[in-house]
Amino acid sequence: MQWHDANEFFSMGGRGGFVWGAYGAMALLMLAETLLALRRHRAARAAIAERLADEARARAAQVRT
Amino acid sequence: MSRLSADIDDRIRTGARLTWFTFAAPANFYRLAGWLAPACAVAAALLALAGLWTGFFVAPSDATQGEVYRIIFIHVPAAWLSMVLYVAMAGWAALGWLLNARMAFMLARAIAPTGALFALLALWTGSLWGRPTWGTWWVWDARLTSELILLFLYLGYMALVAAIDDTRRADKAGALLAIVGVVNVPVIYFSVIWWNTLHQGSSLTMGAAPKMASTMLLAMLLLTFACWFYAFAVVFVRARAIVLEREGGTAWARALLAPTAGLAPRGKQGT
Amino acid sequence: MNGGVFAAVYLRDLRLAWRRRTEAALPLAFFLVAASLFPLGVGPDQQVLRLIAPGVVWVCALLAAMLSMPPLYAADHADGSLEQLLLAPGAGLAVAAAKACAHWTISGAPLVVGAPVLGLLLGLPTEELPVLFLSLLLGTPVLSLLGGVGAALTLGLRSGGMLIVLIVLPLAVPALIFGAGAVSAVDAGLSASPHLSLLGALLIACAVGAPPATAAALRIAIE
Repeated sequence: MQWHDANEFFSMGGRGGFVWGAYGAMALLMLAETLLALRRHRAARAAIAERLADEARARAAQVRT
Repeated sequence: MSRLSADIDDRIRTGARLTWFTFAAPANFYRLAGWLAPACAVAAALLALAGLWTGFFVAPSDATQGEVYRIIFIHVPAAWLSMVLYVAMAGWAALGWLLNARMAFMLARAIAPTGALFALLALWTGSLWGRPTWGTWWVWDARLTSELILLFLYLGYMALVAAIDDTRRADKAGALLAIVGVVNVPVIYFSVIWWNTLHQGSSLTMGAAPKMASTMLLAMLLLTFACWFYAFAVVFVRARAIVLEREGGTAWARALLAPTAGLAPRGKQGT
Repeated sequence: MNGGVFAAVYLRDLRLAWRRRTEAALPLAFFLVAASLFPLGVGPDQQVLRLIAPGVVWVCALLAAMLSMPPLYAADHADGSLEQLLLAPGAGLAVAAAKACAHWTISGAPLVVGAPVLGLLLGLPTEELPVLFLSLLLGTPVLSLLGGVGAALTLGLRSGGMLIVLIVLPLAVPALIFGAGAVSAVDAGLSASPHLSLLGALLIACAVGAPPATAAALRIAIE
């Protein structure tokens, strides 16, 4: 381990902005992508559930009339 | 849940082998991807931790580039993955076209955004690496330029399938474009290298990566595999979403959601 | 390939373009105007213009070719005659080839002729004009062939024009590099023959590969 303290680690020999800008963007975008994909899946499930609920309501209305 | 995988359960029970075509059925793929995605995510996280540890705490500084060279640990995986994913996307699209298998088309569509993201990240990290090392935010060297064109190829595919409303036509048109693209990639790469060497007087190159100590190589390899598993995980999740979007009216999809909607599945209606 | 369909489509497109001569001249006008914007944007410095001239001429030719391709298919698609044309056996290939040839005759060839003039405007020395001419002579057919694939893929879509540019541009990069590079090579005192040979090879590859791809794209779009 060559970092003597946290400051040294974060400054990356004075080039911290570049290094963490790169790793940060990577982490951020990959996180965003994951969340978007999960949200898309959730939305798809919700759409089907809603369609089923609508059909059930329609059937119930038919039974009543 | 067993309704969903009735096909797979039947096959296992009767001793029939699971073939590759088993998972061409969206229902079966949905189930498979359902447990593969988290598994791959865990693998990705573990490999990423190992890779980052090796990259930051084991690998030494570089003699010429100091600490900033460490960007290479994510730049190379991103670039490599963007290329591999493009080929995979084209491959699945081609398979879908050949075998008329809509699951393959869905996979191709699921891969595209991830591939494009990696291409973008390769450019971004490349730029951040180039600035302190070579003095400019952007360098028109062969590799970065090819990566930019690859991003355009991804965007073209995504734009085309998004612009076509008819799903079947969009799938096939996208497949044709992807195949044409993948065939052209070597030509494009060659021409860009040609272009770069011609104008050598006025251009900088990204230059060689620093002489790689084995620990550096290890970190890069670990992070490459981490990105690989990450890609699998995200693509599987997205593919599951696409499957539900397209196959939402089928019996298995409705059965899947029926318990949560508090309704009996369609088949049982009337009893 | 169905020779009858080829001839029929080719001649018909030429006739139609002749009837609407003003519209047919638009690609050339675009080419000249777009290229003339560069000195206005970059400044009149002869040295700079001379350096960027091959690239500017080539990029403008590329854009002019891409943007003028969809109309060739759009009218036929809109009135249903494209579907009729494709009914005959081997028609897909014939239509694709004929449209590409027609496109080149109508828009590509004028660009080839107009390019040396543009080169002069942008300060290219006279020795380099023949190479510019030759590079575009070989290159514009490539653009017509690639444009055909793009036009067929985006048939009938609202965003057609911009979408074609996005789709086809990456594929046209090699032609751009070899074409503009040929002129730059002469400017640097080197020979243009490697560039032109590569461009020629590209032309042959596109002539063989693009029409089938276009035909497939047409089938996909029509069915």
